[in-house]
Amino acid sequence: MFAIRDDQDQAAFAELFAHFAPRVKGFLIKCGADASLAEECTQEAMAAVWRKAHMFDPTRANAATWIFTIARNRKIDALRKQRRPEPEDLPWGPEPEPDQTDVIGLKQETDQLAEAIKALPEKQRSLIEQAYFGDLSHSEIAEISGLPLGTIKSRIRSGLERLRHAMK
Amino acid sequence: MIKHHLTPELVIGYSAGTLPEAFNLAVATHISMCDTCRAELDSYDAVGGCLVEGADTAELSDDSLIATMRLIQADTGSAKTVQQRSACTLPFPLQGYVGGDLAAIKWRSIGMGAKQAILPTSKDASARLLYIPAGCAIPDHGHNGMELTLVLQGAFSDDVDRFARGDIEVANEDLDHTPVADIGEDCICLAVTDAPLKFNAFLPRLAQRFLQI
Repeated sequence: MFAIRDDQDQAAFAELFAHFAPRVKGFLIKCGADASLAEECTQEAMAAVWRKAHMFDPTRANAATWIFTIARNRKIDALRKQRRPEPEDLPWGPEPEPDQTDVIGLKQETDQLAEAIKALPEKQRSLIEQAYFGDLSHSEIAEISGLPLGTIKSRIRSGLERLRHAMK
Repeated sequence: MIKHHLTPELVIGYSAGTLPEAFNLAVATHISMCDTCRAELDSYDAVGGCLVEGADTAELSDDSLIATMRLIQADTGSAKTVQQRSACTLPFPLQGYVGGDLAAIKWRSIGMGAKQAILPTSKDASARLLYIPAGCAIPDHGHNGMELTLVLQGAFSDDVDRFARGDIEVANEDLDHTPVADIGEDCICLAVTDAPLKFNAFLPRLAQRFLQI
């Protein structure tokens, strides 16, 4: 991801594409897209990954998370024909490079989150998947429990606090 | 200091991309003002990332990468400019629907000094800006579905609590309330519903047909 963001490295992009594009397409099919729409959305999402690489902030998301948000927005465009209002961007802090401890910390916590999701009882895990595939009503989503988000949330929260402080 | 936040269901729905557009607008506007909920959203986005990472792979078409590179090359000029954080009253996502800050809102009077402006969103839910003069009340009403009320200027109080800028009240069928604006300043809110409100007096019910609320 950094080679793409900082050097516009096409070989690195091909590698990222080989890993993520089939997953994004599989995810979109689960969300209800037919194969040709999923292919089209995947290509558009991956093209957006290249174009928006300068906005990738590794202290707030790993590559999979970031690609998920881009693919989700393409999905809303394509499947639901709706505008997607996005929160205001937070500008970068004064440091040109993000803090490596934060980057590594976030990566570890995301890996732990993935492990925790895999370890959930089948019923809970499938509820979470259905929520993201768009198969749950609002009241069914309310039944989701057992996601250990505490540590990742507080890391992101303190990163945001530092950013706000630097912006003053 | 924001005291009233989004529910986890709303943050998950926004992250998953399954909410109606009007609800997305309220969530994005609140998150623009609230880092607690922004961190919550980032965390649920990480859950989405884990699901993509763990997704069953689907076979790509043969020229998929080449087609993607072609898309990239066809669109070199339009790198999105980074939005500047503004000193405006309306957060950025809302400005996209209004066409500017407060001065751009096309208010329509709904009587007693109160005004509203309906925002263009998809039909599965509706979004409007409400202007309540200082010290005045919105008629007592209940809800058929879910109503989100996000304060953008001033403050209001109802049977639940007091809500100031950035606070969001999440109301459902169980809540009957009469929001009253604080005396110090006119109150501007973003109100989003997925079903019409139920007014508890005869007159407002008549008016409801004209106000489209």
